[in-house]
Amino acid sequence: MSAANAAGWRPTMGDTTPQGENFTTKSGDYGLMLEEPLSFEIGGREKCGVDLDDPQGAPVAGLPLRKAAPDLPGLTEPETVRHYTRLSRQNYAIDLGPFPLGSCTMKHNPRLNEKVSRLPGFADVHPLQPQSSVQGALGVINELAHWLIALTGMHGVAMTPKAGAHGELCGLLCIKAAIEARGEQRGVILVPESAHGTNPATAAFAGFKVESIPANAAGRVDLEALKARLGPDIAGIMITNPNTCGLFEPDMKAISDAVHAIGGYVYCDGANFNAIVGKVRPGDLGIDAMHINLHKTFSTPHGGGGPGSGPVVLSEALSPYGPLPFTAKTADGVIHLVEEENAQAFDHSQGFGRMSAFHGQMGMFTRALTYILSHGADGLQQVAEDAVLNANYVLRSLEDVLQAPFAESGPCMHEALFSDRGFADGFSTQDVAKGLIDEGFHPMTVYFPLVVHGAMLVEPTETESKSGLDRFIASLRSLAERAKAGDRSLHSAPHFAPRRRLDETLAARKPILVWKGEPGPAGLPSPSEIGDR
Amino acid sequence: MRYLPLTADDRAAMLGIIGATSVDDLFVDVPAEARLSGPIVGLPLHANELAVERHMTRLASQNLSAGSAPFFLGAGAYRHHIPASVDHLIQRGEFLTAYTPYQPEIAQGTLQVLFEFQTQVARLLGTDIANASMYDGSTACWEAILMAGRITRKSRAVLSGGLHPHYAQVVKTMARFTGDTIDARLPELSAEADDAAVIAAIDADTSCVVVQYPDILGRIPDLAAIAAAAQAKGALLIAVVTEPVALGLIEAPGNLGADIVVGEGQSLGVGLQFGGPYLGLFGCREKFVRQMPGRLCGQTVDAEGKRGFVLTLSTREQHIRREKATSNICTNSGLCALAFSIHMTLLGGEGLARLAKVNHARAQAMVARLAKVPGVSCLNTTYFNEVTLLLPQDAREVVRVLADRGVLGGVSLGRLYPGVEGLANGLLVTATETVTDEDIETFATELAGVLA
Repeated sequence: MSAANAAGWRPTMGDTTPQGENFTTKSGDYGLMLEEPLSFEIGGREKCGVDLDDPQGAPVAGLPLRKAAPDLPGLTEPETVRHYTRLSRQNYAIDLGPFPLGSCTMKHNPRLNEKVSRLPGFADVHPLQPQSSVQGALGVINELAHWLIALTGMHGVAMTPKAGAHGELCGLLCIKAAIEARGEQRGVILVPESAHGTNPATAAFAGFKVESIPANAAGRVDLEALKARLGPDIAGIMITNPNTCGLFEPDMKAISDAVHAIGGYVYCDGANFNAIVGKVRPGDLGIDAMHINLHKTFSTPHGGGGPGSGPVVLSEALSPYGPLPFTAKTADGVIHLVEEENAQAFDHSQGFGRMSAFHGQMGMFTRALTYILSHGADGLQQVAEDAVLNANYVLRSLEDVLQAPFAESGPCMHEALFSDRGFADGFSTQDVAKGLIDEGFHPMTVYFPLVVHGAMLVEPTETESKSGLDRFIASLRSLAERAKAGDRSLHSAPHFAPRRRLDETLAARKPILVWKGEPGPAGLPSPSEIGDR
Repeated sequence: MRYLPLTADDRAAMLGIIGATSVDDLFVDVPAEARLSGPIVGLPLHANELAVERHMTRLASQNLSAGSAPFFLGAGAYRHHIPASVDHLIQRGEFLTAYTPYQPEIAQGTLQVLFEFQTQVARLLGTDIANASMYDGSTACWEAILMAGRITRKSRAVLSGGLHPHYAQVVKTMARFTGDTIDARLPELSAEADDAAVIAAIDADTSCVVVQYPDILGRIPDLAAIAAAAQAKGALLIAVVTEPVALGLIEAPGNLGADIVVGEGQSLGVGLQFGGPYLGLFGCREKFVRQMPGRLCGQTVDAEGKRGFVLTLSTREQHIRREKATSNICTNSGLCALAFSIHMTLLGGEGLARLAKVNHARAQAMVARLAKVPGVSCLNTTYFNEVTLLLPQDAREVVRVLADRGVLGGVSLGRLYPGVEGLANGLLVTATETVTDEDIETFATELAGVLA
């Protein structure tokens, strides 16, 4: 009998009740809590979910023929559907409840977007078809580009970057190309301490040296410290605004002016654009480049880790250096794909080149444009307002039980930041996060930003209802109180998830990255393989 | 608005609790001169589902979709039949609307899928291990070159002339900024792949040799010979596979000595989608694991000893390692990896081998018929499902006229290598299982008509 049971908690699967009843089932499943072996353990060589001809002709001579088919068991369609459906039920998802990951903008993914992206005219079109046969597809790229430029007040946009970090790379390569074009060498990019990890990683990836700049007591960039560091070796700054503490940088224009004055450029990480879309245009704040995560602000689904899409809006100074290919509409109404061949004709001979094989994440463009057209200019403004309202509601509803480091300086933007200060000895942010899982919620972003101890960053987004937020707030409040009171049952949370806490140290010390077993008899996974104790 | 649950009463009540009089009070940190007072002028206002669907459907109808015409394009993106269950399953909200599995206790579905995906990719490519995906084949190719540089501590990459020119462009773009030396070449219009030229270019400073298999002209290079030559000079062989279905028929690159194998996984489960999102495959030898880019899923146990999966070895990654990370990649191609994995599960190894045979047989039928068109010859002796035809004239115009006649008749080498005169008459054509005898006959007839 576990300590949790003694404290009156519901027994976990495979546990015993306080009365000694055994909760272990014969199948290993518990009602709707379903275990699922690996596909390799239930599949078979003779099984296939696709009916195919078996042509008898000989292959052409001289091929290095495979000695044996790849060693991968197959499944029939009913088995496949069941395998993945059962697995899906072990996931939390925005469709199930709030997913308040700060900086990740987990908002509802409208299903019209999915429907539209699957129209054969978008889904079943090859990237290298003659351009006359894809005018509608090029039209989507062009129309979305127009919106992104208008919403940000910028001059141009590079549509090909495949995710936020790829967009950061695009922006920094534009900066590097612009500096090279001036015949200068500037090797340093400044990055605030609170930045996303991708910022310093991207700067290094693009061949820059990264230097950190400190934050002030109000959680913003220290303008004086920044100015003191500026000089002829500075290529630019990468800044997140609203920043990762969920705060707007009120000195943004002054920061931009200072960086421009020494010949540098300003890159803005647009991960948090959702807070300000339709409320302020980054172009009016002196930004030179900013990526826009279509999978955040513009609702394309995160899909368990991608695909994303990271178009980069560019100032007039950087637009000439943007990557190929891109679209351009001429006076005759024809939309052209500008590639290596016609770059000069479209006055883009200084572009830094191609950064992925084709034209960008078309499947995300159709979804994002559908979303943007649904909201319109007025609806997008409401998006930002409701996102900020929801975050401030969370902040003010919890600041009496959770320490909120910057709450005194005023309202937050789209996310509320708390620390672990005041928890009982030995209790951490991790305990509260895992406790939220038992409460039926996905945890917030934890231990980020690094500038706040035991950070908890809550981004509700605008698609949460007030009653949904009230339930979340009540749960988080109760967990904060338990962490302060030293409720030890939190240490073993989660109790009611498909798995208890997983041993991440073991996974890293002895990496098992692929299945090494042999296919077993169909439908009979070996018990040792599915988690015998 | 249909996506915004807050009512006017809710907003008023929430402002009351916050202690603000209006929502504008919450934007006080935005300088007043930069704050927009109303919707941006000149942009449309909100629209209902019907209106938006109508607009998007009109745009979609301006495209000639592959399924509505005889279709023979490849060159790094391939049209295969995707079983209906694949798209159904990836639209389950638990997969579609989940985030990166940072909380493993409630993300075992995604994590187990990634573990299965990594296993499938490794077995398909013939590598010890594989990661949880990259953006696409071209970016995976550049990341592999960087990884080879870290392993060998050398920075000169030799690219085969058979490497997709867009992949080569991506590599050259990036190398310009990192200072790596790239030794690239154009393909020779000959039946033999460019193996000899590549082998001759390897020297003691070479970190890696990058060879596409099958190559951009559809030919099958001799990877084993190149691997031996690379090894003799202390360089790694990076094999690039843009058509993974080929690996149902021809030997896996890892089994022929490739040290790193990258690929474009779009062929299985993902679809054409006008070029993206696609799926970067990345496999390598186990001893290189700590130099790998991208996310890795690993097996472990939970507090009760049950098998479970987590993201692991994240000390290579940007969110832990920041500027010292092996790559800046964060979001990758999770949902595309799921689609690939479901399609692969439906096929199994034997099914993939059969699918590959069907593709090869369709290509043989296509070659036999098109080579009979007056003035047309086939360059290849070896191929999988794609070959290079030599036409008596510039192929770019031929492709355009064919499209006007309702035939999507391949990719001209002029589109891929603009301005390279020696290649202008080349036409890349592909036949997958989706191509019928009738399609081939229509193509041959129209091609003959255009050339006449």
